Amino acid sequence: MDLGSINPVLLIAALLLASTPILLAAMGELVVEKSGVLNLGVEGMMIVGAVAGFIVAVESGSPALGILAAAAAAALLALLFGVLTQVLLSNQVATGLGLTLFGLGISSLMGQGYVGIRPPTSPRLELPVLSDLPIAGPVLFSQHALVYLSLALVAGVWWFLRSTRSGLILRAVGESHEAAHALGYSVLGTRLAAIVFGGALAGLGGACLSLVIVPQWTEGMTAGRGWIALAIVVFGSWRAWRVLLGAYLFGGVSVLQLNLQAAGIAIPVELLSMSPYLITILVLVIISSDKRRAQANAPSSLGRTFHASG
Amino acid sequence: MKKIVLLAAVAAMSMNLPAFGGSHGDGPVKAGFVYVGPIGDGGWTYEHHQGLLAVEEHFGDKVETVYQESVPEGADAERAMTQMALQGADIIFTTSFGYMDPTISVAAKFPDVKFEHATGYKRADNVSTYSARFYEGRAVQGHIAGKMTKTNKIGYIASYPIPEVIRGINSAYIHARKANPDVEMSVIWVYTWFDPPKEADAAKALIDNGVDVVLQHTDSTAPQAAAAEAGVISFGQASDMSEYAPLPRVSSIIDNWAPYYIARVQAVMDGTWESVDTWDGIGPGMVEIGEITDAVPADVKAEAEALRDAIGSGEYHPFTGPLNKQDGSPWLAEGETADDGTLVGMNFYVEGIAGEIPN
Repeated sequence: MDLGSINPVLLIAALLLASTPILLAAMGELVVEKSGVLNLGVEGMMIVGAVAGFIVAVESGSPALGILAAAAAAALLALLFGVLTQVLLSNQVATGLGLTLFGLGISSLMGQGYVGIRPPTSPRLELPVLSDLPIAGPVLFSQHALVYLSLALVAGVWWFLRSTRSGLILRAVGESHEAAHALGYSVLGTRLAAIVFGGALAGLGGACLSLVIVPQWTEGMTAGRGWIALAIVVFGSWRAWRVLLGAYLFGGVSVLQLNLQAAGIAIPVELLSMSPYLITILVLVIISSDKRRAQANAPSSLGRTFHASG
Repeated sequence: MKKIVLLAAVAAMSMNLPAFGGSHGDGPVKAGFVYVGPIGDGGWTYEHHQGLLAVEEHFGDKVETVYQESVPEGADAERAMTQMALQGADIIFTTSFGYMDPTISVAAKFPDVKFEHATGYKRADNVSTYSARFYEGRAVQGHIAGKMTKTNKIGYIASYPIPEVIRGINSAYIHARKANPDVEMSVIWVYTWFDPPKEADAAKALIDNGVDVVLQHTDSTAPQAAAAEAGVISFGQASDMSEYAPLPRVSSIIDNWAPYYIARVQAVMDGTWESVDTWDGIGPGMVEIGEITDAVPADVKAEAEALRDAIGSGEYHPFTGPLNKQDGSPWLAEGETADDGTLVGMNFYVEGIAGEIPN
């Protein structure tokens, strides 16, 4: 097939970046769900991260500070969810939905004075020699720092869950909170920590949108990406590398189909437009098709309330 | 059950109005507005909200307004309209093409409430339609785009394949081609009115494919930001988007709904409201061309302004023959202009545009 004016190097560079917000949010939610908590507030935390990161970056002139603030603000919002669901034992589904609505609302309030402002540009990582390499340069060595961070986080989360003692405890809490509690582990502490971590990552994803990809603040700018991240965690059957694959497939096919349209490739646009959803679901369902194993991987206590005296 | 209660609570909260119960007859006229995106989109919905503010300022205490933002096109829209009608709205403006069938269906249930649907074509005794001839503005943009492109490739971010969008694409292309016979146009359909990251990705995809002038028919300013980063040219859409002037935004189409909204609310007050079909362009001021910045050479700017004035005075019609359809079959003969009937239902590209319109 003639790909016309599509430059594969630019394309790959673009799809790595486009996938990053969803990847970050999904990685956070993976850890949260592995601890047995279902937080449907990803969308709300992302957008609060987006606006908080934007405001701090504009006011301070430093994108790095903005990114930190985004993680902090979304983590704070996640902590609110944690206190409500873990300490006050509210329903996780309702509270998560509420968190999304609250996040959308408060972000548009916070962002009132920031519509139409240009943020300080966040420079790409330019390495003296490596960035000038013909193909690997633009693809591998001149991405935004958040892209590298997200990849490091995938490896980190995978290693943490698989090979560390704390990761084992977190999984135990997610599998059977009664047993973990009986063994003397703090269910509450573990889950709160996971929730805050998940919030921080969702916030980073939001900042990636408002500071790097778009870069501007617009109300409602996450436009459903938090929900996509949630879906990818489930379809990726709670495994870090599959979630990475899912996020890159979704982000990649989304960018690819836009490029195919721009290049005027004769594929019906209707097909192209649904392709990101179709291909992502198809691939992840096929690799997770061993039902027993997929179910074994789903945290057994997911979404169940735990009360120590109960 | 919980979910239903929650949704109802959300609906009630987002209505941002204090009182329930009708107020037909005496008391202020209540005008409702249903928006497809957030007011802060900086484009389409922002301008409709400017219209609402103008109504409030013009009538003061005599009018009460309610609005709901980000109402999805579909079943949710019916719910939003029904709720406004139940709360005593006398006139309801539904401001997106996708609200067409919901508007007609809700209007049938509330014969005493007046409905005004933007950009649609279905009317009833209590449903008017109104739209602006955005394609007139697109002609001016197309001319500037054709003159300004250095790569001879211009790009168009299109939302949904509906006649309004297709008219814009055709008009922009015809005038870009007139200004620069070598110009080619790429169209990307994003199937959304509002999704900033996707709009930005679409703009980047166009730019990565060699486009150096980006036109958009989506609602947010995200493509402007992408154009700014890449150093290419763009146009404000629906709103002036002047925060991106002088570059990348070199001009814009501004939708000015305020005079229409004031006139229609006035008609409800006077009891003279009738179902009408309004389609105004540059002449009556419903479509305005935002300032052409100094990034455009003076001669191109003068030509663009002359084109604008010729369209405004009715001297020139953006769809004037000879024009062929995409498949080469003749559409308009030399000097013939398109009739409104064809334009309202436009579902074909003109000759020279590559690609197909999705169904």
